[in-house]
Amino acid sequence: MPDHSNASPDSPATSSRFNLSVAELTEMARQLRRHVITMTAAAGSGHPGGSLSAADIIAALYFRVLRHDPADPQWPDRDRFILSKGHAAPILYAALAEAGYFPPSELATLRKLGSCLQGHADMRLTPGVEMSSGSLGMGLSFAVGLALAARMDSKAHRTYVMLSDGECQEGQTWEAALAAAHFKLDHLTAIVDYNGLQLSGRTRDIMNLDPFSQKWEAFGWHAIDIDGHDFDQILSACQAALEMAGKSTVIIARTVKGKGVSFMENNVEFHGKAPTAEEAAKALKELA
Amino acid sequence: MAEASTREAYGRTLLELGRVNKDIVVLDADLSPSTMTNWFAREFPDRFVNCGLQEQNMIGVAAGLAASGKIAFASSFAVFVSCRCFDQLRLYLSQPALNVKVVATHGGITVGEDGSSHHAVEDLALLCALPGFTVVVPADAIETAEAIRTAASTYGPFYVRLSRPKTPLVYPDSYRFTLGKAVTMRQGNDATIVATGIMVSMALEAADNLAKERIDCRVINMHTLKPLDDEIVVRAASETGALVVAEDHLAQGGLGSRVAQVVAGEKPVPMAFVNLGDRYATSGTATELLQKCGLTAGDIEGAVRSAVSRK
Repeated sequence: MPDHSNASPDSPATSSRFNLSVAELTEMARQLRRHVITMTAAAGSGHPGGSLSAADIIAALYFRVLRHDPADPQWPDRDRFILSKGHAAPILYAALAEAGYFPPSELATLRKLGSCLQGHADMRLTPGVEMSSGSLGMGLSFAVGLALAARMDSKAHRTYVMLSDGECQEGQTWEAALAAAHFKLDHLTAIVDYNGLQLSGRTRDIMNLDPFSQKWEAFGWHAIDIDGHDFDQILSACQAALEMAGKSTVIIARTVKGKGVSFMENNVEFHGKAPTAEEAAKALKELA
Repeated sequence: MAEASTREAYGRTLLELGRVNKDIVVLDADLSPSTMTNWFAREFPDRFVNCGLQEQNMIGVAAGLAASGKIAFASSFAVFVSCRCFDQLRLYLSQPALNVKVVATHGGITVGEDGSSHHAVEDLALLCALPGFTVVVPADAIETAEAIRTAASTYGPFYVRLSRPKTPLVYPDSYRFTLGKAVTMRQGNDATIVATGIMVSMALEAADNLAKERIDCRVINMHTLKPLDDEIVVRAASETGALVVAEDHLAQGGLGSRVAQVVAGEKPVPMAFVNLGDRYATSGTATELLQKCGLTAGDIEGAVRSAVSRK
């Protein structure tokens, strides 16, 4: 088993490749986006829009913020990351592959029979996936359980969970929000990929969430609003969450669905539709 | 017959397990004075999570604790934890096969006066539908304690259904429970009554009464509905030629359906079913409801006569 004895928030357990600069993170996010396009196009189905909106946050988490070790996915002291918006599995798979949990060549098997990369993530099949997903609104509850277990065991690791704005329409999300505040889980950070679109239209037209950060504040959370495509803001919000005592932090990341591909941006059509070969080629050119 | 509470047996056993195993954690949804998890809560407050009125959240939190290496017991009334949480049970416990023990009290219609909203009569069908779940309905307090110990020491998701009122004791203190192995409570050659939970003591009473009519009944306590003890069912069908299945549950998807599936596939014989049919009960005392809904020893006797007459 690898030696993690020096692990602490200040000295990541793993090599400097998980301590990327903002310039390197920008390039990594571009690479993750290329993977999303390539793998959903190869699969012929999937959810590119919400994967692309989350790309910068996921890049920042896996290549700067999280303490984790692809050689030892079950390292007990690892930080946990839960992708509650399970339809964005392609961006998680892209990050796990680039981080070294499995070879990037696996990405081409997304959604295919026999693949370890299911349409929605399966914790029993994919190294690095902490929890299965696919029914919205459950991930924050699981994260509360992880954070409670860490406290019971006097562990220092942190728990991060990414939600979609749409899944904040689910009642269970707010049950878990109450619970996190009640138990004062300051080692739990939620990140909402607030791209403003859901399957059938704009969240504000379908089931309005606003005023959003005020809701979280009223539930007892520390809320931080950021631009979810600005690495400085993502990193400083994660740092602020780390320093927050007595409260869970929610980072409300305003993002653009389909970010990085002109014809996918803010286009609800690409919530759950894979690009055609032609569209993929065009997208990859933009992401080159 | 002496009686004892299955949920008190649960509370006592949790305490006993908690004292020797620090990995045991308990969750409840504001019902701990009724589910009897409050005894554990009092002694081990740091390993007890009261989720308030958040059953769905409770299952998610339990999954998180289990994924962190805990043996999580999550309790509420059967009706809430099965029906309300089905999606959470499916995606967060069944599919990843996490080590959570859902122990549901107040199963079936003996909840009584609270009425049909509180009668869990679909729970066995729902839970038996979930791959990887082990489903256990103990017959009495002694079997409950044994089943809870077994659940704690067996990895994977469990559903254990307990009752509100006290249940007649059908076992001596020395009884040892084996998961998935049904118990022949009484030998017999003319027919077999396969019963679970509160229906086991009634099945024994029915067998006593039928003996006076020279109908020699075998009685099987099918405490584990999933995985079902297929072998004992097939043997009973072969050796006695008629089967009656008794359960405090709707007709569809519970023990009757599961036993019938085995009998139809392996050794077809005449069968009869004692259950709630396809309708909900009402408010009333447990005794009144059991009579009104056809869940008495007399109803089992009638079912046996019917099955035997078709041999």
